[in-house]
Amino acid sequence: MLRVNDIIDRLGLETKVKGDMDAEVTGCYISDLLSDVMANSKGGELWITLQTHPNIVAVAVIKGISGIIITNGRLPENDTIKKAEAEKITIVTTQHTTFDIAGLLYNIIKNVK
Amino acid sequence: MKRFIADLHIHTCLSPCAEIDMTPRRIIDRAVKKGLDIIAISDHNSADNIGVTVKMAEGRGIKVFPSMEITSMEEAHVIAIFSSIEEAVEMQKLIFKGLPDRKAEERLSGYQLVVNEKDEIINFCRKHLLGASDMSIKTLVQTVHSLGGICIASHVDRGSFSVTSQFGFIPEDVAFDALEISYNTDKEKAEVMLSEYKSIPWIKSSDAHHLNDIGRITTSFYLEKPSFEEMVMAFRGQRKIEW
Repeated sequence: MLRVNDIIDRLGLETKVKGDMDAEVTGCYISDLLSDVMANSKGGELWITLQTHPNIVAVAVIKGISGIIITNGRLPENDTIKKAEAEKITIVTTQHTTFDIAGLLYNIIKNVK
Repeated sequence: MKRFIADLHIHTCLSPCAEIDMTPRRIIDRAVKKGLDIIAISDHNSADNIGVTVKMAEGRGIKVFPSMEITSMEEAHVIAIFSSIEEAVEMQKLIFKGLPDRKAEERLSGYQLVVNEKDEIINFCRKHLLGASDMSIKTLVQTVHSLGGICIASHVDRGSFSVTSQFGFIPEDVAFDALEISYNTDKEKAEVMLSEYKSIPWIKSSDAHHLNDIGRITTSFYLEKPSFEEMVMAFRGQRKIEW
């Protein structure tokens, strides 16, 4: 079983907001359209996106996302951080592009399953 | 109160995605023929064809509102309507600062023509008008409001480039004056899709990219006169809106 914490360590992600760091990661969903994430992501998945707006937290709560990875060196807005702290949603950032981080994450998840 | 028929979302040949015969002269001719009383000229991220369109409308019994369809950094489209050309030009300055220059190959997506009253090309816009600005949705709406304009979330029923598609739902911290529903969605469908947003007025506009699109769908405003101030009153619930 993979936990949010393990993945943050192995990918060297920078933690902006600590939610449930022991939550199980069941997979990953990638999209910058929040409407698409609402429709197609599944509970327990990590979500990789470029979006930084507070609505990402709301979507993560509704869908039971285990953590949000913001790529390309983008940073969450202040209101996003506040909301994530209140809702206990983990937000991490990386300088990697979405493609690169997804590749690295894919290898970790594939080897566990 | 008098009824004024409005189409508040019309692109000109300045928008790379619009037909090149969408010149201000032809747009006014078509809008008058269609019986429209109010239109808004809303090109992507640019205001450069507004002045000439306003001029072409003089003495034609039609009111033109200066407008732009602005792309937020999250790629959500917002119709900003201003009370004066100067306000729109000021907004364009701020948007242009954060908008990339156009690369040669992007010409393939359209010409971005600035034209005069005789349909003559006087300039090619060199900004990448289909690009995204550097303003977050919140900053964008706040900036438009501070200049005196109003903001309508574009085609919120659509699955791309809308506030709803980019954000999942309409952010609570962004004060839209109205929501725009596109040509494709009828009232019944809209009622289901947008039931959470009853506190914001809804309008329908054509989002015209071709001359034939102009006035294909409209919104009626019941106003004392076709002024920006009266339209704002309608968005605040002090005047009737119908479609």
